[in-house]
Amino acid sequence: MLKIENLHASVEDKNILKGINLEVKPGEVHAIMGPNGSGKSTLSSVIAGKEEYEVTDGKIYFEGEDIEELAAEERAHKGIFLSFQYPVEIPGVSVTNFIKTAINESRKAKGLEDMPAKDMLKLIREKSEMLEIDRKFLSRSLNEGFSGGEKKRNEIFQMAMLEPKLAILDETDSGLDIDALRIVANGVNKLKSKDNAVVVITHYQRLLDYIVPDFVHVLHNGRIVKSGGKELAHELEEKGYDWIKEEANA
Amino acid sequence: MSKYTEDDLREELKTKEYEYGFYTDLKSDTFPIGLNEDIVRAISKKKNEPQWMTDWRLDAFRAWEQMIEPEWANVHYKKPDFQAIAYYSAPTSVDPNKTLDDVDPDLLAMYKKLGISVDEQKKMNNIAMDIVVDSVSVATTFKKTLGEKGIIFMSISEAIQEHPELVKKYLGTVVPQKDNFYAALNSAVFSDGSFCYIPKGVKCPMELSTYFRINQAGTGQFERTLVIADEGSYVSYLEGCTAPSRDENQLHAAVVELIALDDAEIKYSTVQNWFPGNAEGKGGVYNFVTKRGLCEKNAKISWTQVETGSAVTWKYPSCILKGDNSVGEFYSIAVTNNYQQADTGTKMIHLGKNTKSTIISKGISAGKSQNSYRGLVQINSRAENARNFSQCDSLLMGNECGAHTFPYIEAKNKTAKIEHEATTSKIGEDQIFYCNQRGIDTEKAIALIVNGFSKEVLNKLPMEFAVEAQKLLEISLEGSVG
Repeated sequence: MLKIENLHASVEDKNILKGINLEVKPGEVHAIMGPNGSGKSTLSSVIAGKEEYEVTDGKIYFEGEDIEELAAEERAHKGIFLSFQYPVEIPGVSVTNFIKTAINESRKAKGLEDMPAKDMLKLIREKSEMLEIDRKFLSRSLNEGFSGGEKKRNEIFQMAMLEPKLAILDETDSGLDIDALRIVANGVNKLKSKDNAVVVITHYQRLLDYIVPDFVHVLHNGRIVKSGGKELAHELEEKGYDWIKEEANA
Repeated sequence: MSKYTEDDLREELKTKEYEYGFYTDLKSDTFPIGLNEDIVRAISKKKNEPQWMTDWRLDAFRAWEQMIEPEWANVHYKKPDFQAIAYYSAPTSVDPNKTLDDVDPDLLAMYKKLGISVDEQKKMNNIAMDIVVDSVSVATTFKKTLGEKGIIFMSISEAIQEHPELVKKYLGTVVPQKDNFYAALNSAVFSDGSFCYIPKGVKCPMELSTYFRINQAGTGQFERTLVIADEGSYVSYLEGCTAPSRDENQLHAAVVELIALDDAEIKYSTVQNWFPGNAEGKGGVYNFVTKRGLCEKNAKISWTQVETGSAVTWKYPSCILKGDNSVGEFYSIAVTNNYQQADTGTKMIHLGKNTKSTIISKGISAGKSQNSYRGLVQINSRAENARNFSQCDSLLMGNECGAHTFPYIEAKNKTAKIEHEATTSKIGEDQIFYCNQRGIDTEKAIALIVNGFSKEVLNKLPMEFAVEAQKLLEISLEGSVG
């Protein structure tokens, strides 16, 4: 589904990613871990198509297609979803209005009519119940005055509504208490299928107790320096990242 | 990565034509340029006005001659040469005793282009409409239906003929002839506009609407609107404006007076889309307008405006809260792009006890434009328990535009409660990227963010107008994030 080859990327002339190789197949869950500043969030932004990031070398293929030339919204239309570490506020635009616009824009790109209001409401009800989201929450302005947990739950709600093929969860666990973490993780697990894939970007192992990865990759200094199974995450939790850094520098 | 960049968008915006910039070749009767007492007399004569009206105009003209153009607004422009303007222009095919069937087909074709179909309007919408082209009113619809309720809705020229007692009683009572430079000019040369009277206790069953258009080159438009809501009545009034794209600046100096007698309510909504000038700042309409309403006891006046056009705007729809318990409201969205300049806001003058005013102003600046809010809240010494709430929000796009807020507060009564909130924000790349990531392209993202920002005001507009206003906001701001 996602294939990254020798990816180099920079922002404001600073090289951040220095040769990433990664392959994610349908049905898989990958975790990308690493110390602060290792390039985790840059990787997610580059896959999503943020303009400030320049790909200087390498390729990103999504379902066999080179997506370098595609704008962020076109990548979204193809089924790439990014759950933001810091979701932005849009005052005056309700959660419902925002997701309605997002869904209909994606449908428009595929040559489909707007989703009938009845179906939209039904879908919203279904997904908000799954994520234990209060109805009142849906009429609030997007992310305005939301708690950390509400913001993240809203991200997963949007993911549930958009049903992406590839979901990248960027530090979705940060700012969550244990209850919110459980709800968010349950939501992600319910959405998982053999046809879609999840990339979890995290600093801590905690989230991975709930969303169990098939593969764990350790990012350090813009490269994946170690890959393994879920046990690698436990090892990192116990030993920290220093030994990885030493290994990488050796 | 992305092929269609914001630079492309910006480029597209520059080349995007003002949709209403066409000129219709109508035969017209236009006065020679220049202004003197003879011209004022000639206008009055042309309209077959009674002597008192001619004298009223001359009074205004003599006062105007002694006045100087105001310079305190935060706008910079080349002052109009008042001797280079024609003060009267009328499509000749308009018969004073017009009915719609007699209207020039070219004129009707023009309305169609503007998206106004007078016939359709008659049948479908519950909106009565008066259309003013250049200097004269050319069509008033729904007269009969309104007449049954005793509502008078006609051009002001007709009202001077048919209801002189009402015009004489109220004209100039809220905006006196000598109020300010442009009001004085308007009082001397106004050629047409709308007149509306709602009798006691009548709730006007439909929206009343006036559509203003400047068509002829080298003319100014000086319309005069007078709305009187008698005791316990209600009316909602809409006003729309467009003009052809021209290289020279055209002057629009209107006066609107609203009178809400005891327990009456007037809701006045404007969507102003005069030609804003081109991307280099050439041409465009100078919109120097005086709008003011007077509230008697328990009366309420609510101004809602969406201002997207004009090269220079100088406009402060105001309320004089004379009667006890009267209420004044001002809801405004002002958008400036390219080289547009707007200095707009309101005045809330609290004279009566327990008077209340609300001001919600949303300024959106893009391109190299300057957008100023200027507002006065004045609490008179006898205005016990007066309350005001003001909120001024500015939204900036790009790094070359400006937003300014000039709130003036004068409180002469200790019981006054005045609140003022202000925010300034910028549409961020992060907001755009967030929307993009959800499949929403940049244009749509801007529209979404701007609509969210303007929501409190858009919600105040009548339904049909709100949709139009929303579209207008999108068009005015296309590609303006940088």
